[in-house]
Amino acid sequence: MKVMAQVGMVMNLDKCIGCHTCSVTCKQAWTNRAGTEYVWFNNVETRPGQGYPRRYEDQERWRGGWELNRRGRLKLKGGGRLKKLLGIFASPVQPELEDYYEPWTYDYETLTDAPLGDDFPVARPKSLITGKDTKVEWSANWDDNLGGAAEMGHLDPVVERIRKESEERIKFEFEQTFMFYLPRICEHCLNPSCMASCPSGAIYKRAEDGIVLVDQDRCRGWRQCVTGCPYKKIYFNHKTGKAEKCTFCYPRIEVGIPTVCSETCVGRLRYIGIFLYDADRVTAAASIEDEKLLYQAQLDLMLDPNDPEVVAAARGEGIPEDWLDAARRSPVYNLAKVYKVALPLHPEYRTMPMVWYVPPLSPVVDLLSEQGHDAEDAGNLFGAIESLRIPVEYLAELFTAGDTGIVTGVLRKLAAMRSFMRGISLGNDPDDSIPEAVGMESEAMYEMYRLMAIAKYNERYVIPKAHVEQAHNLEEMGCSLDFDEGPGMYPSEPFGEASGRPTPVAVENFYALKQRQTSGGQAEPGELRGRVNLLNWDGRGVPRGLFPESQDTPQMAPDSPAHGGGTAGPGPDYGPPVAEGPDGSPAEGRQGREP
Amino acid sequence: MDILLWGVLPYVMAAILVGGSIWRYKYDQFGWTTRSSQLYESRLLRIGSPVFHFGLLAVIAGHFFGLVIPKSWTEAVGMSQDFYHFNALFVGGIAGVCTLGGIIILVYRRRRTGPVFMATTKNDKLMYVVLVAAIVFGLWTTLASVFLGGHGHNYRETVAPWFRSLFIFQPDIAAMASAPLSFHLHTLIGMLLFMIWPFTRLVHAFTAPLHYLFRPYIIYRSRDVRRGPGSREQHPGWQPVGTRDRQRK
Repeated sequence: MKVMAQVGMVMNLDKCIGCHTCSVTCKQAWTNRAGTEYVWFNNVETRPGQGYPRRYEDQERWRGGWELNRRGRLKLKGGGRLKKLLGIFASPVQPELEDYYEPWTYDYETLTDAPLGDDFPVARPKSLITGKDTKVEWSANWDDNLGGAAEMGHLDPVVERIRKESEERIKFEFEQTFMFYLPRICEHCLNPSCMASCPSGAIYKRAEDGIVLVDQDRCRGWRQCVTGCPYKKIYFNHKTGKAEKCTFCYPRIEVGIPTVCSETCVGRLRYIGIFLYDADRVTAAASIEDEKLLYQAQLDLMLDPNDPEVVAAARGEGIPEDWLDAARRSPVYNLAKVYKVALPLHPEYRTMPMVWYVPPLSPVVDLLSEQGHDAEDAGNLFGAIESLRIPVEYLAELFTAGDTGIVTGVLRKLAAMRSFMRGISLGNDPDDSIPEAVGMESEAMYEMYRLMAIAKYNERYVIPKAHVEQAHNLEEMGCSLDFDEGPGMYPSEPFGEASGRPTPVAVENFYALKQRQTSGGQAEPGELRGRVNLLNWDGRGVPRGLFPESQDTPQMAPDSPAHGGGTAGPGPDYGPPVAEGPDGSPAEGRQGREP
Repeated sequence: MDILLWGVLPYVMAAILVGGSIWRYKYDQFGWTTRSSQLYESRLLRIGSPVFHFGLLAVIAGHFFGLVIPKSWTEAVGMSQDFYHFNALFVGGIAGVCTLGGIIILVYRRRRTGPVFMATTKNDKLMYVVLVAAIVFGLWTTLASVFLGGHGHNYRETVAPWFRSLFIFQPDIAAMASAPLSFHLHTLIGMLLFMIWPFTRLVHAFTAPLHYLFRPYIIYRSRDVRRGPGSREQHPGWQPVGTRDRQRK
C-alpha cells in the first residue's frame, strides 16, 4: 500500500443555478490572455446538451481516455506509443477551433469614433483569430438553458446512447424536457490519459497533492494530450504553442484557500478536501473489465483516514500530520465514500477522475410539485425517482457508466434527507424509518444535512497548507517575476498607485483572518504584512504604514516602497522577517508594536 | 574563396548550430515548441505535414548514406556503383519530391488560410525561404544527374570526402571545390539553414520525443520548493548581486 494524498472536489449539482460565475472568474484569473481566448478551464454545460467542445463525450470520434486491450490491459484509446509517435506530424483526431468556437470581440471604438451621420454606429463583432469581421455562430455555452435543444438535443452523445438502448419511451419522455447544469473543470485524475499521451512527458501529477499540471518549459506542442483527455480539458494555446489546463488554482490551494471557481460560486455548491488513496492499486482498479464496476473500484481506492493502518502507512510516506487531520475532516471523502452521494463523471473513461458530482434531485422535486403532490414526502419522492426513468438513465450514463441502481440509491438518499429534515423542521420527532429506508443512521443523515444544506465555509473547504520549510511565509504569490531584481520588481511605484509590484489577489485570507481574530495576544511579528483591510483591523498589532514612523523605531527597509498609506508592503517574497539579524534588519519595520 | 567557403564556413556553421542550440535550450525553454497551427486548419495539414516530415526523414537517411558511408564500404559489401547510384536517385528522388510536395502544400496552406497566415512570423517566413531553397537545390542536384548527364556527377568522390574530412579538422577543400555549382549552392544553402536553425521553430526537431517509447505512462513530480511558482531556475552566471538581507530565501 502506497498512500498518497489528492486534493479533490465535489460539486453538488442540485445547487447549481447555471450563473457561470465560476467560469467567468476563472477566465479572468487564468485565461484572459492572447492565445487562450477560447480556453475555459471551468465551463458550465446545460445537460442535455453537446458540452464544450461540442460532443466531446463521443469517444468513438475523439478517442480520449483508456480502453482495455484483448489481454485486458489498459491501453490509450487513441493508440499505443508507436502509433502516437507516427501520428505526431498531424494529430489524427484533434478538435479544431470550429469544434470549440471562434472567439471574438467587438469593434467598440466605432461607437465613439464614427462620424456624425443618420445611423447609430454599431460595434461589429471582430474575430480574435483573424481580426476580421465575423459572424458569431457558436460559443462555449451557446446551448445554455436548452437553447436550440429541439433542433440539436439529439446531438448530445448521452442522449444518443440512451435512445439507442430504448428508442420509443425515451423519445416520448424526453419531449417533457428536463435539464440541469454541469460545471466542469479538469478532473485531476488518478490515472490521467493526457499524461500518458504526452510524448514529451511534460504533464505530471504532483506527488504532494495530486494536482495535474503541464510543465510549460517542457511542453513542445505535440498536441497528443488534447486527444488523450476524454474530458477535453487540455487546451492548446495557439499563441505560445503550448498545452494549458486547469491548475486547480494551485497557488491558492498551497496557502490553504479554495480555488477561484469555488470561492466565487454563489450557490456554494463546491467542496474541496483531501482524499488518501492507494497509488499501488490505481492501475488494477482502472483495468476492471465491467464498466459498471469502475465506480466501486474507484471508491475502493479511497482509503479511510481513520484506519490506524492507513494512518501509519501515510506517516511512513511522509504525509504531514495536518494533512492527515484534514483528511479526517475531508468533506469530499465524506460525500464520496461515507455518505456515498458523490459520483465520478464518466468512470468508463478509466481515468479515475477526482472531481465528483452529487447528482441533481431537483428535476424530480419540481415535477412532483407541479403535479400537485407533496414534493417532500418521503413516499412520494421515492416513488417518483423510480418512475422518472429518463433523468436516472441520463444521470447513470454520466456518472456510473449506465448503472441506474447506484444513481437511484443516491437520489433516494437525497430525497430521504429532505423528508427527514422537513419532519424535524416542522417540530415532529425525527422519523428514524426514513434514514433506515436508505440504509443510513439518523445521526449520519443529520451530519450529511449539515454538510450539504448548511455548508459552512470551513466545512466545505478543508485545505491544508503546502509544506515547505518557509511554510509560514507562503502567501499567495502575486507574480512570478516579482522578486528582488526581477523584471516585475521596482524599488518603488514610480508610475502611481497601480504600477510596480503587484499586490497578492487575496490580501487577507480566511484562515489568516480567523487565526488573528481568535488568538489572544498581539499580532505575531510579520502577520500584518502587506495590505490590511482596515475594517478587519482589530487593534492588535499595527499595520505597517498606518501611522507615521516615530523617531525611535528602526528605519524602514531600504528596499521597501517609500510611500505610506498602508499599500503594498513587502510581499511574501522577502523571506521570513523574524529570521533577520540585527544588521539593519528590514523586518524590524514591519513588526507589530504597542499602539 | 574556396578556403573561406569550404574550410571556414562549415566550422562557423557548426559553432552557431551547437552554441545557438545550447543557448536557446537554456534560455528559451518556453519558446521551444512546434508552434502547431493545427487548431486553425487541419484538412491540408493532415496531408501536407506527414508527407513533408516522412519525406524529410527519408532525405536525412539518404544524406547519411551518401555522405558518411565511404564509397569503399559499399563496394566492399558488393554494391556496384550503378546499383548504388540508381538507388540513391530513385529513392532519394521520391523522398525529395515528397518533401517538396509536402512543403508546397504547407506553404500554400499557410498563405491561403487566414488564421494560419496571421500566425506566421517574419522569422517563419525567412525560415521557409531558406528551407524551400535547400530542398529545391537538393532536388536539382539529384534530378540534374538523372536528366542531364547520364550518371551525373559522382558526389561520393567530392562532397562526401570533404564532409568526412571536416570531422577530423583537415578539410579536403580541393575535393569540394571540384564539385559542380549545383552541389555548391545546395551545400551553402544547407549551411545557412543550419545557421538559422537554432533561432527558428525548427528546433522542435532536436526534441523529437523518442523517449516516449520507454517512459512510464504516469509521472509523479514533487512540488519544487526552491523557486517561486512559474519562475525559471536562476542561472549561476546571472545571479543578481545583492546584500544579504535582500536575497531571496
